[in-house]
Amino acid sequence: MGNTLEVTDDTFDSEIVNSQTPAMVDFWATWCGPCKMIGPVVEELAVEYKGKVKIAKMDVDNNRKTPAKFGIRNIPTLIFFKGGTVVNTVVGAQSKTSLEAELKKLL
Amino acid sequence: MKERDIIIIGSGPAGLTAAIYCGRAGHKSLVVEGVPSGGQLLTTSEVENFPGFPDGISGPELIENMRKQAERFGAEFVMKDVTSVDFMSYPFKVNAEGDEYSARAVIISTGAKARYLDIPSVEVFKGKGISACATCDGFFYRDSILYVIGGGDTAVEEAIFLTKFAKEVNIVHRRDQLRAEKYMQDKLFENPKIHVIWDSVVLDIVGTKESGVQGLILKNVKTDEVTERPADGIFMGIGHSPATTVFKDQIVLDEKGYIICTDGAKTSVEGVFAAGDVRDPQFRQAVAAAGTGCKAAIEADRFLRDVLTK
Repeated sequence: MGNTLEVTDDTFDSEIVNSQTPAMVDFWATWCGPCKMIGPVVEELAVEYKGKVKIAKMDVDNNRKTPAKFGIRNIPTLIFFKGGTVVNTVVGAQSKTSLEAELKKLL
Repeated sequence: MKERDIIIIGSGPAGLTAAIYCGRAGHKSLVVEGVPSGGQLLTTSEVENFPGFPDGISGPELIENMRKQAERFGAEFVMKDVTSVDFMSYPFKVNAEGDEYSARAVIISTGAKARYLDIPSVEVFKGKGISACATCDGFFYRDSILYVIGGGDTAVEEAIFLTKFAKEVNIVHRRDQLRAEKYMQDKLFENPKIHVIWDSVVLDIVGTKESGVQGLILKNVKTDEVTERPADGIFMGIGHSPATTVFKDQIVLDEKGYIICTDGAKTSVEGVFAAGDVRDPQFRQAVAAAGTGCKAAIEADRFLRDVLTK
């Protein structure tokens, strides 16, 4: 985990929606192979974008409301937020390069 | 430009077995894993036909074990996709999302990616009720009505797994018998939640952009009867396509995109070898992929020795 911000149904609004800082939220679960594999990439991005973009993770197993609100039916799903609104959603495991391209758009 | 003896492209059972053998042969190998790393086993719930695991093992765990074994013998890993290769010059060049490498031998083990139905509505509903990974996405379909398209091992395994969550799982198969192993078929037919819709193909998927998949339209290929059925989710189990796009101008592929191999693991370029599903339209098993991974590594080792003595 380390540098990635763990968000829950309770903290999602305050940490992501009402945040001045743009954010990327990785919706994942322990039993999802591809989610676990991109974990290290998300963690690296959390270090590289520290202070610029909040890199957050939400475990869909323990948090049901937020994934339902965003209509998530596949994981990993990564949602990019700017000014509290969804800028882009990507479904499925992505390369670091393609995630970086999305993050740059938030800055 | 970073120099390596052997570059292995792909990190499923073929690539990881190759990495174990390359390491033990004394070669500095780099595994360019691809995203996500681990290949198809990563999305396989239970592997019960890989020898050595009498009680079965989960796909991700099996891959993790192979990876640890490859690391033990000195393999280096980079979690990137290969974006281009140059096999016309020697040493070969491999570009992984901007990282440039040179290699004296290359083993391609990029495997195959799940195929989606070739109908336009699939693109509309991807991520909104269409999935190719039951272990990832089954969770979102509690008490739902699901459809699995296909009749091979993947389709049957997905259907059985999905009954953990779904109220009802329907398999849609275009023939009147399944291709899956007998053992898996027995498990399927004894599961009261699963129904098989024989001789049928998907004509279209219905739903709205907001709520996603709501149903599908099936056609019976024998009677031409068309029916519309409600569905909450549709899972793909119609097979795989080889991941060879970046190699298509560099080595000889067959008409479906599989790498053509001779003599065990040799491709049309001397010094470039292929292993696993990327060259195997026929068997597509983890154990077969591991087998060709071993062959490719031994051939790569022989090739490097010949190069050195020339």
